[in-house]
Amino acid sequence: MDITAVVKRLEAIVGADNVSAAKSDRITHSYDATQQKHLPDVVVYAASVNEVAQVVQLANEVEMPVLPRGAGSGFTGGSLPVYGGIVLVLSRMDRILDIDTENLTAEVEPGVVTATLQREVERLGLFYPPDPASKEFCTLGGNVAECAGGPRCVKYGVTRDYILGLEVVTPTGDIITTGGKTLKNVAGYDLTRLFVGSEGTLGIVTKIIVKLLPKPAAKKTMLVLFKTIDGAARSVSAIIGAKIIPTTLEFLDGATIDCIRGKSSIDLPENCRAALIVEVDGDEDLLDRQMARIREIIEPSGTLAVKVAATDDESEQIWQVRRIVSPSLKQISPDKFNEDIVVPRSKVPDMIRELEKISSEYGVSIVNFGHAGDGNIHVNIMVDLKEEGMKEKVEIVLDRVFGAAVALRGSISGEHGIGTAKMNYLHMELDAATIDYMRRIKTALDPKNILNPGKIFLEKSSGESA
Amino acid sequence: MVRNKTLKDFEEVIRKCVKCGVCQAHCPPYLVKKREGAVARGKIALAAAVLDGETGIEKRLQEDISLCLMCGSCVKKCPNKVPTDGIIGAMRREITDRNGLPVMAKLLAGTIGSARMKNTLSKGAAFLRPLWSRKIPQSSGLHLRFGLPGMENRTVPEPAFSNLFDRVPEFSEGQPGRPVVGFFAGCSITYIYPEIGEMMVDILVRMGCSVFLPKNQGCCGIPALSSGHGKLVEELADNNIEVFAGKKVDWIVTACGSCNGGIGEYYRTLEGADRSFTDKVVDFSVFLEKEGFLEKLLEQKRTADPVKVTYHDPCHLKTQGITREPRDLLRALPYVDFVEMEDADACCGLGGTFSLYHYDVSKAVGARKLRGLEESGAEYVATTCPGCVMQLQDTINHAGLKVRAVHILELLLRMAPD
Repeated sequence: MDITAVVKRLEAIVGADNVSAAKSDRITHSYDATQQKHLPDVVVYAASVNEVAQVVQLANEVEMPVLPRGAGSGFTGGSLPVYGGIVLVLSRMDRILDIDTENLTAEVEPGVVTATLQREVERLGLFYPPDPASKEFCTLGGNVAECAGGPRCVKYGVTRDYILGLEVVTPTGDIITTGGKTLKNVAGYDLTRLFVGSEGTLGIVTKIIVKLLPKPAAKKTMLVLFKTIDGAARSVSAIIGAKIIPTTLEFLDGATIDCIRGKSSIDLPENCRAALIVEVDGDEDLLDRQMARIREIIEPSGTLAVKVAATDDESEQIWQVRRIVSPSLKQISPDKFNEDIVVPRSKVPDMIRELEKISSEYGVSIVNFGHAGDGNIHVNIMVDLKEEGMKEKVEIVLDRVFGAAVALRGSISGEHGIGTAKMNYLHMELDAATIDYMRRIKTALDPKNILNPGKIFLEKSSGESA
Repeated sequence: MVRNKTLKDFEEVIRKCVKCGVCQAHCPPYLVKKREGAVARGKIALAAAVLDGETGIEKRLQEDISLCLMCGSCVKKCPNKVPTDGIIGAMRREITDRNGLPVMAKLLAGTIGSARMKNTLSKGAAFLRPLWSRKIPQSSGLHLRFGLPGMENRTVPEPAFSNLFDRVPEFSEGQPGRPVVGFFAGCSITYIYPEIGEMMVDILVRMGCSVFLPKNQGCCGIPALSSGHGKLVEELADNNIEVFAGKKVDWIVTACGSCNGGIGEYYRTLEGADRSFTDKVVDFSVFLEKEGFLEKLLEQKRTADPVKVTYHDPCHLKTQGITREPRDLLRALPYVDFVEMEDADACCGLGGTFSLYHYDVSKAVGARKLRGLEESGAEYVATTCPGCVMQLQDTINHAGLKVRAVHILELLLRMAPD
């Protein structure tokens, strides 16, 4: 069927105002935060589960790919139309349907922005913990698709730990529900978990039931500067080893600190080669004791300075140090490869040592920071791709980095997903039988490979792509 | 002669957008429309595509480019500080260059040629004409030219009986040794709220300053800028720089956030603009603080039952980091109990000529202020831009709230004991 006919059919489903095959709309839906570019054929804005289902049914009929899209802020290409097709935007489905203060749950549409839900539940003394760095603009639908994480996951866990139930449009256009409103539920397979992190390849989430917690009464933030990177890495293991789980345990290496020195209101001396940001939350009177205990534990690791925030403003200043990192990186080099490997927490020092080794071996600058408390390190390989042979070198370096993470029983991605960006490396972590099992699930549920094709798995044969 | 930057001049910064999507959290039209074409990232992608020749200036592209308030909120939060407001201005001029003037810019250009309008309004003030259309007889052909479908419900203030230039002399003598201040009043203060202008001059003179109010000053150019009328922006800028040139003024004070953003921030980006003009531009709240006005206020005895007042940040001041000074001024007023409100820095929705093109979006942007206004319990929402005052009051009227939108100077005027 030609595209004009498809557009007509789509208009009949969602209304003419919510369909566009204009060049400008195709351009504005051709990218995400990976900066790759793939033009879709048509863009559709759905407003209800029935519209989503009908669009997917039509896509099956005309055999056109469908790409669910939220804020388009993913780091691995999950929402990109690599084979063209219909970009199905869910940002209009942005209603918070219910906040249940008796059962501590909320029911939302997929287009609700994460921070919006957080603010609304916090007004009622409740708490939705997952806090990806993009929380001010990413959507819960996207969070579910990628199983988003964030700094607070050290203590509170990731998106999957908060999803109780879903309403999903299947790849063939049926509407199903998984889980429910209760904490306990073992009726049939745990499809909720199957969908969380499936990167929009197994279904389109149209309703989400999340679990909420009571909002912690208070929090306290501490910045610790270290003389050596090893000291910081050992401190992370020591804190966890002492059976203390802070809310966040963020880590910045020496290269990161060099990059932001002078840009924050906090003095970062030349001999500071690593820093940790530790935050604890809970009842006010517990926090001081917990902070004191953490200081005791880390002091032997060679600290330069310890700064505990006395006010919200001071806490904000500490977090400012962390927030200016990403935007500051570009001063090191024009191109950056941001990978979110994760290793068991006790292996953070080993991983950091390995990264330093790889960096010096290949003469490539590697900047590391991230959620050290859960072993999730953001590894930034800083290069200039215009340099001769650099592209090939980066590939080898990435291979080494992922290999090291897997060797330490970690993963090639903690929270960004595989998408198109890490397809080439999936086999390093998962054996052939496991990948095959996953593919069989995908093929069984999506026989025509309509839903978000070209993601997670390398194409087996050209016949499989749309 | 000054010159606007072209789209080509912005090429390098356009390429700096890394598509992270941060702007989605701060772009007022996006928060209403929830469409990528409405957000800064989408528009920058379109600007890049136009530069690359990937797309022409098609109708849908023009609609997307028109959906920008040029408020600068995205620029402030952009990790790479990509100047989307400037890029949008350049895109709109590019569209005008290729396709001719859009309706709103035609309106501007048309009124400049009208002798009758010239008699009553300065060149640039013509943009306000549509808001006053009910003052024009129904039979007038102006309604055809300025008819604004969808805006029938807009509540607008009445134009003042006499304008600021009729009320205040061109030069008011202060004390020797004290600064000589040029006052750039702008269209809204000149024609709609001249009493605010009078108050401004009065305060400055009481502080010993001499005040120079050149009568041949024109519009700052923000409405022309927002409607893509590049040539008019350049003409207005040349004129405004000219009228203050050669006059020995130490400062050029504004009492309108948009005018400040126009003659200060925007003129600075013009090729060939005189820095000795733009460097003198200062918002009244910053100037008053610098000159010790707050200390004088603080010496006064505080009243027993102060009025609850909150503050709205005009975009053009917020993006320049002027957020503390107006609040400190309010706090210093002896009869004011200052309270913060949620979303104080959210755009009011006016955006130059934006609200004329997209009244519904503009209203929806404005409505985002309501929760904060209501929960603050304030009787007055004060601000430092007459445009925001108009738009906030319209929003409040439609919601039926009991809050009044006022300019800070109006608050001094209304409540100051003699």
